[in-house]
Amino acid sequence: MTNEAGETMSNFIKPPSTQRLIGRRGLVAGTAGILAAPAIIPGAAHAQAPAAPNSAVIDVNRARTDPIPVAIPNLVGSGGDADRLGRDISGVITNNLVRSGLFRPIDPAAFIGGAANAGDVPNFQNWKAIGAQALVTGKVESQGGDKVRVEFRLWDVLPQQQIQGTAYTTTQSNWRRIAHIISDVIYERLLGEKGYFDTRVVYIAGSGPRDRRVKRLAIMDQDGENNRFLTDGGFLALTPRFHPTRDQIAFMSYVNDKPRVYLFDLGTGRQQMLGNFPGMTLSPRFSPDGNSVIMAQTNSGGSDIMLVGLNGGGARRLTDSGAIDVSPCFSPDGTQIAFNSDRGGDQQLYVMNADGSGVKRISYGRGRYATPVWSPRGDLIAFTRIGETFAIGVMRPDGSGERILSESFYCEGPTFAPNGRVIMFWRETPARDNRGNGFSARLVSIDITGFNERAVSTPTDASDPAWSPLLQ
Amino acid sequence: MNIKILGAFAAVALLAACSNTETPTPTPSAPVTAGPVPGSQEDLVANVGDRVFYDFDKSALKPDGKATLDRQAAWLAKWAQNNVQVAGNADERGTEEYNLALGQRRANAARDYLVAKGVSSGRITTISYGKDRPVALGSNEQAWAQNRNAITSVR
Repeated sequence: MTNEAGETMSNFIKPPSTQRLIGRRGLVAGTAGILAAPAIIPGAAHAQAPAAPNSAVIDVNRARTDPIPVAIPNLVGSGGDADRLGRDISGVITNNLVRSGLFRPIDPAAFIGGAANAGDVPNFQNWKAIGAQALVTGKVESQGGDKVRVEFRLWDVLPQQQIQGTAYTTTQSNWRRIAHIISDVIYERLLGEKGYFDTRVVYIAGSGPRDRRVKRLAIMDQDGENNRFLTDGGFLALTPRFHPTRDQIAFMSYVNDKPRVYLFDLGTGRQQMLGNFPGMTLSPRFSPDGNSVIMAQTNSGGSDIMLVGLNGGGARRLTDSGAIDVSPCFSPDGTQIAFNSDRGGDQQLYVMNADGSGVKRISYGRGRYATPVWSPRGDLIAFTRIGETFAIGVMRPDGSGERILSESFYCEGPTFAPNGRVIMFWRETPARDNRGNGFSARLVSIDITGFNERAVSTPTDASDPAWSPLLQ
Repeated sequence: MNIKILGAFAAVALLAACSNTETPTPTPSAPVTAGPVPGSQEDLVANVGDRVFYDFDKSALKPDGKATLDRQAAWLAKWAQNNVQVAGNADERGTEEYNLALGQRRANAARDYLVAKGVSSGRITTISYGKDRPVALGSNEQAWAQNRNAITSVR
């Protein structure tokens, strides 16, 4: 590490050891057990069995118009802290499912007979009577010290079947992760697709007056909890993006007044300049295999797209148009790159092969287009459209089927949840006077069909969100 | 008649520009008690002009911008020990990453003009802040026009 980068180390806030990031594998390895359905249910649903008539198991499209009514009584605790954990875990699950827009958790006040005893077969009539189609039950047992065992079961109320039963053994401090993992299991088993709740969002926290804005790298769980700041604001930090598998972020830093792309290690807090380029480097994103970063490097007249290997692979220039080529993003299969260029006179979206060949413009609507981001499903590219107003939209990778999801004075920077079903972006409200009063920047999430727009709560102003993959 | 008058004005303007670039007017020795120190950043701001402005999404220098850079080149010839940073900026009506590149293009345009006017390129560094360091804090066309700039500062 260079002296220059070394000097900046003290500017970073080291993650406290108590908040050490724990991989999913480490969290549940050898401790997640499959729970058999209680024996008295004949023909208990097997994982892959076709959905029974009146089953709560539907698909995302149906759930958008008809969210699944689900009852989530508090997990039953074995006393003391375990009781509190049971309530808290159920609360996080409920919040996740509500925010997805695809579930309709039933008000606990309507529950008949209170919480079900986990492990017991529920009284299905009581849950059916209040309109529940799915039921989540479970219990939390203290296992001495900081260890807890969390058991949960997902029931299909009308066919009276257990859909899933799993137990996790972990430390109490991991309770939020357990709640998110359970939420993902519920999502996947009822909708047939992977969820996105056990994820984080890295973003830029903004504070202070507009002309001296402090911009810090920050990270939080996707539901806004566990927020922490990764840099101290001594320099501008911009445009963070997650590595596909490692606890690493690529972002842009103004350390020592040299705006360059840096890599930030979430485990250690260490950061390192990526490469050694004479001009500004910006707009980094990792390749899907995680072995390189694609980014832009400025030159005399604009900027070029560069591919930079992370393991001494060197740098390769992919465009040389003399225009501003910026904001590159790989397709999830790694064969194509979408980017933003003003080579045709103003900002538009282009797609090219991963080696830089076959450049083709894909945006032809009204206005300028920017920030193309490929869906993890590969079927859509999300973008920012710039006109009198700003808009977030999606189109197919060939440019067809453009749909605008949200439009306002200013919005920018879509990022996909790892299952490709939700987009997060940021929205700015204009200053109402010449002192900058009234200006704000906030995160927003929205379903890719344009419904279920929701504010994402952050302790400060926020911009530049990037969604993590599902945690490992 | 009108044309002749116009021509006369144009000639005067050109002469003024020439006199600025070729024989810099000696800075009048200011009273010790008032005014910026000659050769200082304050001097640059007050008596030369530290910034040039660009049209929306453009990085081409405009005539008044060139005139400002002519004065900056003359000032830098006079104060040869001064190195400068040229910072390019953009208004808030563009996306972040594109604006970073646009700000750099604006800074480069100003730097290239100064170099063409004889300032050694080794004395000039450039940086882009995109839209992150606006000088005007409003969200209106007047503020945006002020924020589409390249600002020269003594380093």
